[in-house]
Amino acid sequence: MREVAWDKIVEAVAACCIEANCNLNPDVEEALRSAGESEITETGRSVLGCLLENACIAREERVAICQDTGMVVVFVTLGQEVHISGGLLTDAIDEGVRRGYAEGFLRKSVVDDPLLRRNTGDNTPAVIHLSLVAGDGLLIELSPKGFGSENMSALAMLKPSDGVEGVRRFVLDTVDKAGANPCPPIVIGVGLGGTMEKAALMAKHALLRPLDRHHPLPHLRELETGLLREINRLGIGPAGLGGKTTALGVHVESYPTHIAGLPVAVNISCHVTRHASVTL
Amino acid sequence: MAISIHTPLTEEVVRNLKAGEEVLISGILYTLRDAAHKRLIRCLDEGIPLPFDLAGQVIYYVGPCPAPPGKIIGSAGPTTSGRMDAYAPRLLDLGLKGMIGKGQRNEIVISAMKRNNAVYFGAIGGAAALIARSVLEEEVIAFPELGTEAVRRLLVRDFPAFVVIDAEGNDFYETGREAASAQLRQKGSP
Repeated sequence: MREVAWDKIVEAVAACCIEANCNLNPDVEEALRSAGESEITETGRSVLGCLLENACIAREERVAICQDTGMVVVFVTLGQEVHISGGLLTDAIDEGVRRGYAEGFLRKSVVDDPLLRRNTGDNTPAVIHLSLVAGDGLLIELSPKGFGSENMSALAMLKPSDGVEGVRRFVLDTVDKAGANPCPPIVIGVGLGGTMEKAALMAKHALLRPLDRHHPLPHLRELETGLLREINRLGIGPAGLGGKTTALGVHVESYPTHIAGLPVAVNISCHVTRHASVTL
Repeated sequence: MAISIHTPLTEEVVRNLKAGEEVLISGILYTLRDAAHKRLIRCLDEGIPLPFDLAGQVIYYVGPCPAPPGKIIGSAGPTTSGRMDAYAPRLLDLGLKGMIGKGQRNEIVISAMKRNNAVYFGAIGGAAALIARSVLEEEVIAFPELGTEAVRRLLVRDFPAFVVIDAEGNDFYETGREAASAQLRQKGSP
């Protein structure tokens, strides 16, 4: 049994909150840069240029890339041989979020109740997903999710007869309806199969994958590249002002499902697609 | 080439702005988003004076980050305007001349804009650190208890934006997209 101290988790989560919000991931930055070279509209090129300049300012001045610093989603992969000493894992994560958002001058965007809507004042609680695995590792992947794009996400329980064509149509329709709202160029996570909540969770997790990596299975890789090509023909473009660069990537995750179902979840993420991770 | 405009906006300035034009806005902006809109509408319902006079003014849909030491304001990019569609027509009827945000507006807002000769500007979503540089002064003028959602008076210089919907109701999100997709179809782009 390996011991991991509660304080270590707090520190790591706080650092990840600041890192994810202030430092644009290199894969996203590279994708924005190369999109600028192939963008067909002048407005689109100008917007992509502004986004790169914005990322530089945020990195140099250590300020948030976007004012919507999100609700923190945390994927924890915990080895069964790890013991967390000094307190609960969930409390450590929330304490880390509290410190990170205070120390990083990040916006507090969480309300305590969806109907009563009082701001909690410290951006807690986080949304935590825990996987137990073999071994003594502890991986924390953190993704502060902004709601301009989250609000444009959708889920459908398709019929098996809808097949890949139904999936394709649902993803395209979701992106088409979202238009300028989710701050394009966007990244699209698609969860295929499982149950209703499993599909949604996979769609979210898919957003963590680096942009230059495809699904290892050929039929899903083909779905990803085909969807990206079609999305980038919609014309929505950077900031929704018209152009070729509507999406930077489409990532699919899949899971076995029921004989009667074909769940599809589409989680849209803005061009910042914040994430940071740490292994303790 | 961007057009420089100053707030408050005159009828003539608004009338001359056309969808698709790039603008640099200078002068006073008032920040307002979900919770403060709700409060403002309640003030109107109850006959309580508003914290600022709407006539000729421009509202910016934003909830900024806290200002780090030595800075005027934290990152401050636009939020999705569609959530304010329920409130906007009433404010436009009271003399509001401009709104800055991101994303589509509904038909009811567009017809209120046409009726009142008003304009909707789109700022670049996610360019929040860059946009914050155009803010010269910031002051909370109402509902401080709302935190990031409080009403702020901002003095800005050369705030970058696009005319998305003009006073005639032309929508650059639609026309810009149509033009781009026609070009992409023609190219048979890969």
